Amino acid sequence: MQSALINIAYLVASVLFIFGLVNLSHPRTAVRGNFLGSVGMLIAIVATLFDRHIIAAGASGLLFIFAALLIGSVLGALLALKVKMTAMPEMVALLNGFGGAASVLVAGAALIDTADPTLQISVATVASGLIGAVTFWGSAVAVIKLQDLIPEKYCHFAGQHLLNALLGLIVLALGAWLVAAPETTNIYWALVVVASVLGILLVIPIGGADMPVAIALLNSYSGLAGAATGFVLSNNGLIITGSLVGASGIILSQIMCKAMNRSLLNVLSGVVAGGAAAGPSADAVYAGKVKSATADEIAMLFDAARRVVIVPGYGMAVSQAQHAVRDLANLLEDRGIEVEFGIHPVAGRMPGHMNVLLAEADIAYDKLKEMDEINPTFERTDVVMVIGANDVVNPVARTDPKSPIAGMPILDVDKARTVVVVKRSLSPGFAGIPNPLFAADNTLMFFHDGRKAILELIGALKEV
Amino acid sequence: MDTFIMLLTIFVLAIFVGFEVITKVPPLLHTPLMSGSNAISGITIVGAMISVATPNRFTTILGFIAVVLAMINVVGGFLVTHRMLGMFKRKG
Repeated sequence: MQSALINIAYLVASVLFIFGLVNLSHPRTAVRGNFLGSVGMLIAIVATLFDRHIIAAGASGLLFIFAALLIGSVLGALLALKVKMTAMPEMVALLNGFGGAASVLVAGAALIDTADPTLQISVATVASGLIGAVTFWGSAVAVIKLQDLIPEKYCHFAGQHLLNALLGLIVLALGAWLVAAPETTNIYWALVVVASVLGILLVIPIGGADMPVAIALLNSYSGLAGAATGFVLSNNGLIITGSLVGASGIILSQIMCKAMNRSLLNVLSGVVAGGAAAGPSADAVYAGKVKSATADEIAMLFDAARRVVIVPGYGMAVSQAQHAVRDLANLLEDRGIEVEFGIHPVAGRMPGHMNVLLAEADIAYDKLKEMDEINPTFERTDVVMVIGANDVVNPVARTDPKSPIAGMPILDVDKARTVVVVKRSLSPGFAGIPNPLFAADNTLMFFHDGRKAILELIGALKEV
Repeated sequence: MDTFIMLLTIFVLAIFVGFEVITKVPPLLHTPLMSGSNAISGITIVGAMISVATPNRFTTILGFIAVVLAMINVVGGFLVTHRMLGMFKRKG
């Protein structure tokens, strides 16, 4: 009876998690959704305290549990309150990793504690150990790579794929052995060690621009590891939640891949796009055609505009220009000019990152427009200002089928009456190719640091 | 075997629910979606708590570490999601 009640509590928690996710479909209801999720978790944790094993363990068992809950809560709260919004990719990668590690440990402990493991338990334990260890170590590498601590040249070496395949085979062999002899629990830890090495090697070759995909995929893995642990424990709550998170991560990685027009396989194997050799040289594209403008000239353009679209890239966040951009947008709106923001799906370093950075700068979310929504409006836009973005506004993606970014969906800023590009130099973006937009007839370059450029523009605009 | 089929059924159906629900989340909220899903994947904590309570000292230690890690996910995930969502405001 007691265990039935606990299982009902897990069901209630799962329903609350689903309602929480449903409420994430709109920013107005999202805070409530997150709250519902946390209530679900509280119910699940409190119900578990009435599990017969925990009651049997008595006061000392409870003491250990509460100590662990307290340590985790303090560390989690510190992390959540201290983290900068620019570091959200690292934070999410870290949490992905912890989720994976928790699954590895719980599945291992359950295997040891189970007297006579069934086929279901042993197979699920293998899955949990493999996916969990790959998630933990892969996420650790992702955190380090996001901070640019590993030079790219150490990330690729000969025979990489062969080695990964070999390690994969070893893991499968160890898994089969563990299923055949589930009482030899040491095999499990050997499997975890080999899977850990595999996790490191799988993420190391993934390029900087592809990190959002890797993080979304690791998010999915952390969910799948949890679901596998659910099969080890025959726990519905873990299985439902794990599959929700697994589905979420897979959807996000698909969206990111589509936004870069690359296959998941291509991203995972760390294949770098064709590079400069595939197209015309920078000199041929830019020579004699690039027009540079001053802050005063651009301020005049803005003054005559009725509709302005700002296209931010991660470069904007790096130069901490988002607050200045908000001031500029407010100034323009005060003059009756319509201002919107065009956000490419891969702008920022993880899915949705740019929206969080702009929201932090107090820019209203109804002005942040997705690519499909903003693209048809460029034709009736007077001025587009591109800040710190490059490949995602490169018209070559539409025009040159041989280009490394051919077919990638882009923001069609070149269709606006005038394009102002704020950029330090003509240096290429991640794809390593020149951008004909910078040399287009209707483009003006404003060579400057992002934040300083906007501040100068604001000054010039106040004088017009 | 019967339990396994039942659990597998739940697993498959939950994946479908996940796809239905998650595709409705707009790109605007994809970062909070990821941190929020980190938080709910901390549900592993219920398994970890039971491992802490086992008489075997080794599995108690494994469970203890797992509870700490999962609780970081739960508290850190929900809190950072709340912090982020609070930043999304309409005009005015």
